[in-house]
Amino acid sequence: MFAIFAAVIIIFSVLTVTSRRILRAATFLLFVLVATGGMYFLLRFNFLAAIQLTLYAGGIVVLIIFSILLTSHIGDKLEAPGWKKIIPAFLVAAAGGVISVLTILQHQFPMEVVTSAERTDIRVIAKSLISTGKFGYALPFEVISILLLAAMVGAIILAKKRKD
Amino acid sequence: MIDFSFTVWILLIPLVVFVLVGLFGNRFKPIVSGVIGTSGLFVIWVLSLFTAYKYFFVLEKAADGSFQKLLAVNTVWLNLTDKLHVDLGVLLDPISVMMLIVITTVSFMAHLYSIGYMHGEKGFSRFFATLSLFSFSMLGLVVATNIFQMYIFWELVGVSSYLLIGFYYTRDSAVAASKKAFIVTRFADLGFLIGILILSYTTGTFDFITLTSSNSPAFSSGQGIWFLGMSTMTWSMIFIFMGGAGKSAMFPLHIWLPDAMEGPTPVSALIHAATMVVAGVYLVARMFPIYIHEPAALDIVAWVGAFTSLFAAVIACTQLDIKRVLAYSTMSQIGYMMLALGVSGYGGHNGLGYMASMFHLFTHAFFKALLFLGAGAIIHAVHSNYMNEMGGLRKYLPITHLTFLIACLAIAGIPPFAGFFSKDEILVAAFHHNKALFTIEYIVAGLTAFYMFRLYYSVFWRKEVHYHHTPHEAPATMTIPLIFLALGSVFTGFIPFSKLVTSDGLPFEIHTEWMVAIPSILVAVVGIAIATFLYRKDNNMPQRITTALGGFYTAAFHKFYIDEVYLFITKKIIFNYISRPIAWFDRHIVDGTMNGVAFVTNEASDRIKKLQSGQLQQYALVFVSGTVFLALLFIYLWTN
Amino acid sequence: MFEGVPLTWFLITGTIMFFVGVYGFLVRKNLITILMSIELILNSVNINFVAFNKILYPDHLEGMFFTIFIIAVAAAEASVAIAIIINIYRRLVNIDVEKINEMKY
Repeated sequence: MFAIFAAVIIIFSVLTVTSRRILRAATFLLFVLVATGGMYFLLRFNFLAAIQLTLYAGGIVVLIIFSILLTSHIGDKLEAPGWKKIIPAFLVAAAGGVISVLTILQHQFPMEVVTSAERTDIRVIAKSLISTGKFGYALPFEVISILLLAAMVGAIILAKKRKD
Repeated sequence: MIDFSFTVWILLIPLVVFVLVGLFGNRFKPIVSGVIGTSGLFVIWVLSLFTAYKYFFVLEKAADGSFQKLLAVNTVWLNLTDKLHVDLGVLLDPISVMMLIVITTVSFMAHLYSIGYMHGEKGFSRFFATLSLFSFSMLGLVVATNIFQMYIFWELVGVSSYLLIGFYYTRDSAVAASKKAFIVTRFADLGFLIGILILSYTTGTFDFITLTSSNSPAFSSGQGIWFLGMSTMTWSMIFIFMGGAGKSAMFPLHIWLPDAMEGPTPVSALIHAATMVVAGVYLVARMFPIYIHEPAALDIVAWVGAFTSLFAAVIACTQLDIKRVLAYSTMSQIGYMMLALGVSGYGGHNGLGYMASMFHLFTHAFFKALLFLGAGAIIHAVHSNYMNEMGGLRKYLPITHLTFLIACLAIAGIPPFAGFFSKDEILVAAFHHNKALFTIEYIVAGLTAFYMFRLYYSVFWRKEVHYHHTPHEAPATMTIPLIFLALGSVFTGFIPFSKLVTSDGLPFEIHTEWMVAIPSILVAVVGIAIATFLYRKDNNMPQRITTALGGFYTAAFHKFYIDEVYLFITKKIIFNYISRPIAWFDRHIVDGTMNGVAFVTNEASDRIKKLQSGQLQQYALVFVSGTVFLALLFIYLWTN
Repeated sequence: MFEGVPLTWFLITGTIMFFVGVYGFLVRKNLITILMSIELILNSVNINFVAFNKILYPDHLEGMFFTIFIIAVAAAEASVAIAIIINIYRRLVNIDVEKINEMKY
């Protein structure tokens, strides 16, 4: 199960960044996000997976597709970037990747394999979200709400049509 | 003890006048600046006379009966080390008080004269401002308490001279002459500075009173170190004399003085006859106690003085421009003064040469200033400088004629005029010291009489030349100084100088040595007679003599080609081999380095600014690669 | 279903997704594709968080909460980014990232 999800993620993310048609890139992104949600399901984080699917796959990708429709000629092929751009970027990304992977492989994690897992209870999540003691997330919750308000207002103002 | 600190006003008043007239002169009517300048000088003239009276006749003498050297004012100006410091102050001793009188008198006369002479000239206020600056500088020079202060004012005098010679700055010849004067004296001052540095390094002080006292460090230190066969003290005295020789127009640094006649005549009278050119003599006199211990240096002084006086006298016999004759005459007379110092001993009657030199300085100031101012009156009347365009002026300029005659008699050394007494003492001193020098000076005395009367007869006698308009006598402001200076030329000879100004401060008795005096009067009379014979009436005798002398005459007329030699040395040798490489070095290497640094900075910044291209992805690339690099560094490479 | 999957596989998946996203950010021209690469990066980080949480600390929920907050912030940021992109499109009529270079030397 894990292998499928992992394969989907990797293949489609590569396709996203190399596709020459923008709408296809958006679609591949959608697949990546759904597969990520699947990963969460795998790890028994059901609530989180639901949020992922709702917000990311359902909200953000739709937003992206709307903006694609607003701003580009979707029929055209995107320009392929020149080699002068690809080579350094590829080298840097590859180097970073190799270093990280090697580090991960060399490190001794205290527990490598989980033998069992239980479903996280939604009641526990809800209690944590609004509690103020240790392991309580009331403050970040409120802050996030303010952030979302600010983002909303900002986006409206930025995208408003000017009178001139 | 009398408080002499009022003497500082003798310095400050001309300085204030300079600032006032210099800054605001163009707002006043010109005559106002003239009046301010002249009245300032009148005040300090009175102050100097008062100082002299108090110093010589009221102040008690020192323990050994000599006149004291006292510091009227002294403030530490620059502390170099705790022992070596440069002061500014006023030193009063016989020669400085005497010089105060000379300078203020001649300057006052020159100011008064200039009101008439410079009337209507553009730059009238500037002239008076610069004259005051000059007076301030010269006064500061003579009352300097230490040799460094003297050097400072020495340079200031040079600057004032430059400004005054180049007064008619629209004339190329005047500009060239002022540059020449400044550069030649500046070059001589290099020697002066080296001398000062050697002196102060070996003795550890700049102060005159310390250096010339009987237990001065100049006598103890510096004797041991020998360089090329002469001790350091001798070298320093020679270098200091080089500075004095430049300022006093001794051979070979004399080339600037004839050209300096481009300046207005009052300037020639004040600076190049009576005051600035005697600064060199004054310097040697000031350092005289040290010179006595360095006979080699003193010999150089004497021989340079003698040679210059002969050289200048020969040239003066040939010149046609009246101011140039007077300039060479000045050179010759200063040679006399240097010679007198050179043959002098120290103490009592041995110091006769010293006393004679100072006496001659005093009297020479009067009659030479009179000669120049008279020449100015002649030029003012005739509008020409050249003898061959003049003649028979005695009808038109009676006062000028009479005063000029008195001055000529004085300079020729005819008793009872002033020049006889002072020149006679010099000849006596030379006679007792070195017969060869005496002979040279004896000949020069005859030549002096000859060329002065040649000048006199050519201007005032002979047949009248046709003038453009009738010459008229000068206005009162010009004739009053002439009369005053003529009185001085008559009566100053009678001042008992040996009671007042001597080498060690103690007065001594002198008496006229008729064995020397009679021949000197005779040779002067012979010179006058020859001049009368040749020049009183127009005839062709001078022409025949000049053609008979041939090449020698031509050489003398061209001032023995010294100027051409200097031009050759500077233009062909110094410019080509020294100046050009240095200029090349300066332009390409020094400037090149600066330009190179700027160029490199520019190029580097041009390259670097590409980093700020505004391209988002370039920024991100740099950021990510930096992070990856750091990760590599810290995880794998830097294992501590 | 996932028992026996070692932690490192999760981490490696996340890492690969991350660097693919970085590559995409550095290479792509269209602003919206850059935004998509940013989403990839954020999601890879999320996977890391939940993997660590579930495997190393099964009793705690911090990883999950952090991921929730990351998702919220990502949503806000994407909306603001789209607003900016629309603004740029209005000014320049294209959204090529190489044309937006006025803040330079």
